[in-house]
Amino acid sequence: MEPWVIILCSLGVLGVLGLVLGILLGLVGKKFEVKEDERVSAVRAALAGANCGACGYPGCDGFAKAVVEGKAPVTGCTAGGKKTADAVSAIMGVTADVGERKVGRVRCNGTCDNASERYQYTGVQSCRAAAALSGGPKACSFACIGYGDCCNVCKFNCITIENGVAKINDDYCAGCGACVDACPRSIIALVPKNRTVVVQCRNTETGKTARLQCKVACIGCHRCEKSCPSDAIHVVNGVAEIDPDKCTRCGACVETCPMHCIYNFFEGLQESYDWEK
Amino acid sequence: MQIANSNLLDILLFMVSCVLTNNFIFSKFLGCCPFLGVSSKVETAFGMGMAVTFVMALASLFTWMINSWVLVPLGLGYLQTISFILVIAALVQCVEMFLKKSSPSLYGALGIYLPLITTNCAVLGVCILNMNAGHDLLFSVLNGVFGALGFLLAIVLMAGIRERIEGSVNVPKSLKGFPLSLIIAGLMSIAFMGFSGLFNNI
Repeated sequence: MEPWVIILCSLGVLGVLGLVLGILLGLVGKKFEVKEDERVSAVRAALAGANCGACGYPGCDGFAKAVVEGKAPVTGCTAGGKKTADAVSAIMGVTADVGERKVGRVRCNGTCDNASERYQYTGVQSCRAAAALSGGPKACSFACIGYGDCCNVCKFNCITIENGVAKINDDYCAGCGACVDACPRSIIALVPKNRTVVVQCRNTETGKTARLQCKVACIGCHRCEKSCPSDAIHVVNGVAEIDPDKCTRCGACVETCPMHCIYNFFEGLQESYDWEK
Repeated sequence: MQIANSNLLDILLFMVSCVLTNNFIFSKFLGCCPFLGVSSKVETAFGMGMAVTFVMALASLFTWMINSWVLVPLGLGYLQTISFILVIAALVQCVEMFLKKSSPSLYGALGIYLPLITTNCAVLGVCILNMNAGHDLLFSVLNGVFGALGFLLAIVLMAGIRERIEGSVNVPKSLKGFPLSLIIAGLMSIAFMGFSGLFNNI
C-alpha cells in the first residue's frame, strides 16, 4: 500500500471513532445533565467564603444550597455581617433584618504579670492539655491559659496571644464563635460589637482567694453595682456581669473598680463609629 | 457442556484465576495508583471499585470489537493504544457524568481519582493483554469483568485493613501513612501468591 493511503486510513479510522464517541458522550451528557439553581452559585459568591461553619452547615457551599432551598435564613452568614446578608437577601428577593454585629471578647486579663503561677508547664502546647493537668499552669483556674487553642481554630487570624492572654482584634473578628467552642475555660463570649464595656474576669472565688490568684481578678466587692446609674452590672456568683441590653457604656464601673478588671474596648464617641464595619 | 466453543469448567477456572491468582494489583502491578489513593475508607473504595469494574467491562468489550472488526481487517494494528485510550476516556467521562447526577457524595469523595481511571493502567492493561493473549469476545469480557472484581476485592480489603489501623493500633511514627500502606500491600501480595497453588491439583 502507498504510504499516503495508510496515513489517510489511520486518520479516517481515528476520526470516525472520535466522532462516534463524541456524539455518544454528547447524548449521555444530555441525559445525565445536572441542573443547578443559578442562585446557589450567586449566593455562594456573596458569602464570606471562609468555610468557618458558624452558620451550622458544612461549609459555604452547604449554606448556599440551604439558603436557596429555604432551609437557612438569609442572615445566617454571621461572618459576612450586614453586607453579605444584604447581598444574599437581594439575590433571594427578600428583605433581611440583620441583628447586631457580634464579636468575641476574651473575659480574662490574667497576663503573665498579673496572674500568679501554679507550676511551670512544659507539656503539649495546647490549652486543653494544660487545663487537664492539675487545674492548669496559672493559679486561677478560670484564667486564659494562653497556648492558643482559640488562635488555631480562628479562620480569620484575628486572635493573638499577648503576654499569656488571648487578644481578639475586633476589626477582623467575624463573630463565627469557633473560639468560643474551642476555649476549655469558656472565657470567650460573643457580645454585640458596640457593647464595649466588658468585665475581664470569670473568677468566682471569694475576694481574698481571687486577689491572691491574680492582680486583676474580680473580687465581687459590689462597688461597680453601686456606681452604675442604669442598673446594668451585677455581681452574680462572685463575679460581676454586665447586662448588655441595659449598659450605656458610661464607664462609671470602669472608673470605680478597685481591681481594674472592667475594661472599655472603645474610647471615644460611640455614636460616630460604624459598628457594622 | 459447550458455550461459545469453550468448556464450562474452563470458563469457571478462568473467572476464579482472574480474581485470585492473576489479580491485577497483587500479581501484575497494574492499577496501584487508585489502590493506594482511594483505599482509606471502605465506602469510597467500594465506589471506586464499582466504577473501575464498569469501565473495565465495557472497555474490554468495545476494544475487542474495534480491534478485531476494524483495526485488524484494515491492517491498522499499530493504532491499538491510541484508539483504546480514546474508548476508555469516553467511558470514564460517561461514568463521571452518571455519578455526578446519581451520587454527588461519591462523586465528591472520589475527586481527582475518578478522571484518573482513564489513566488507570489496569484498564488499558486488560485491553492490551486481551489482544496479546488472543482471547475471543467472551473471554475478553470475562477477563475485564473478573479482573476488575479482583481489583474491587483488593481495594476493599485494603481499605478495611487501613480503616482498622487508623482507628485502633499504635503505629510507630516512622511507619504512619504510606510506608505502612505499602507494607500491607506487600503482605497482601504474598497472601495472594498463595492462591496460585489452587490450580495445581485441578
